[in-house]
Amino acid sequence: MWRRGAEAAERVNSVTIEVDGGPLIAFAGETVATALGVAGHLHLRNSPRLGHPRGVLCLMGSCQECVITIDGRQTLACLEPVRDGMQIVLFSSL
Amino acid sequence: MTDFRADTLVLGAGPAGIGAATMAASCGIDAVLLDEAAIAGGQIYRTIPEEFRRIKDSEANPDLRSGDALRAELARSRVRVLPQRRIWSVAHGFRVYALGPSGPETWHAPTLVVALGTTERIVPFPGWTTPGVIGLAAATVLLKAQQTLPGERVLVSGCGPLVYAVAYGVLKAGGNVVAVLDLSGLTGWLSAAPRLASRPTLAWRGLSWIRAIRAAGVPVLLQHAIRSVEPHEDGLAVVIGPVDGDRRPLSGSERRFHADGVAVGHGLVPATDVTRVLGVEHSFEPAAGGWVPRHDLKQRTEVPGLYVAGDGTGIEGADPALLKGQIAGLTLAHDLGHIDGNAYRGRAAPIVRRLRHAARFGQANARLMALQLGQLETITPETVVCRCEDVSRAEIDAALAAGAREVNEVKAWTRCGMGPCQGRVCGDVIASLVGLHVGGRERAGAWTSRPPFRPLHLNDLFTVPGARVLDPAPAARP
Repeated sequence: MWRRGAEAAERVNSVTIEVDGGPLIAFAGETVATALGVAGHLHLRNSPRLGHPRGVLCLMGSCQECVITIDGRQTLACLEPVRDGMQIVLFSSL
Repeated sequence: MTDFRADTLVLGAGPAGIGAATMAASCGIDAVLLDEAAIAGGQIYRTIPEEFRRIKDSEANPDLRSGDALRAELARSRVRVLPQRRIWSVAHGFRVYALGPSGPETWHAPTLVVALGTTERIVPFPGWTTPGVIGLAAATVLLKAQQTLPGERVLVSGCGPLVYAVAYGVLKAGGNVVAVLDLSGLTGWLSAAPRLASRPTLAWRGLSWIRAIRAAGVPVLLQHAIRSVEPHEDGLAVVIGPVDGDRRPLSGSERRFHADGVAVGHGLVPATDVTRVLGVEHSFEPAAGGWVPRHDLKQRTEVPGLYVAGDGTGIEGADPALLKGQIAGLTLAHDLGHIDGNAYRGRAAPIVRRLRHAARFGQANARLMALQLGQLETITPETVVCRCEDVSRAEIDAALAAGAREVNEVKAWTRCGMGPCQGRVCGDVIASLVGLHVGGRERAGAWTSRPPFRPLHLNDLFTVPGARVLDPAPAARP
């Protein structure tokens, strides 16, 4: 499970997102990938051909492994900042 | 789609792109700097989001300080900085197609600087697709830009300075490192030492990381690599073992570690998709990271008006990238007639002198990170090599045995490299596997690059922002 560290900064404002219908507290400035990772959601989707578990790999918008459904759109969790009320569906990418 | 014009477009706001744009702007050029991230700086100078409150201690972090200085210089300049632009296509002329926060944009300019950096190479091993295994570069992004640890107990593995940077970063942020594995042995580091010593401050910083890692009681295993990873209880079971001087796995003396996060990376590969689409010739230079766009010492490619700079032209690190970016900015200002030959020479001379000094350090690191063919032996036949399409090494080898002669044939026969990442993750490794069969990387060739460079929603290109769009419900695939 990922863990929030506090080497050089403090998180200030909390936001609540919804993951598969359940609430999850995160902080403004975090990406969806971070919010999910610290909550233990490392398995984000299954690969389309063999159905193997997949999660974040590159964290810079290149590998496309963290595509999930955010507010009804297929989006990269690693580039998307969290927003209050955001609706996330795991295991939902093509 | 909205059209915009500039004198020059700079792609990528890392050190090279910032150097090129600010230098060009200082010569009176209308320079536009486009980048995917919200804050300029590139991967090396990723910073804490504005929504977090910085603690004073961050002043002591050299990367944060250098990044802030560069961003301040950019803010003082006349460069038009356009963050959150996803570049999805380019064309001669030049035209750059971007997707920004307010929708699609087409940018036109007579000159273009490509400074798009690198992608990380990860040589596959059984279990490398398991959630919890991330790239070394990814771990640095998580630590720097999100102040988040990739696990409570992290195993760090690979080659080059990032291995130690990540292990140190995890410890400093309060995490545990279960082991550090370095493919290089003492011989590798000793042969790099004279070049590394050319930048005492940076070399000293690296040594201080290693001291801190050892002081924390973390085992540092030289000439070791991951054999396999599998899920185990709440975390991961990682089997490791020694490698020989050519980085080939040696049988016996395997050990097992338990971790809940693995950060692994095997060097950086220059990103060449944009320069390939624009028809630049590329040469294969293993010590520089792979295929690099041909260019002269003034950063000109053979395509008139097209310039390149930074690690995308060969791995050298942040400081040479900034300096080469500055040279590119000067050259294009000269080519556009904004400065004369005397002004060019006067301003370029000190940059060239600094570059000669700075480049040696980065080249030593690049050599430590270069792929050695022995590493490919960690890829067992069942191991998935192309993650997007789940193509195993056995399938790739079967295509080669059946007569595929270069990477595009292997792609067409097996679908490897055809998925959403467009081969950025596996391309270098698959080309190396093909090279083993066909007599080297030059013969193996490179995948044909085609836009869109990143997956896009068609709705984003053809609808007005704010308008109601028909978004089909995504197919659930639990």
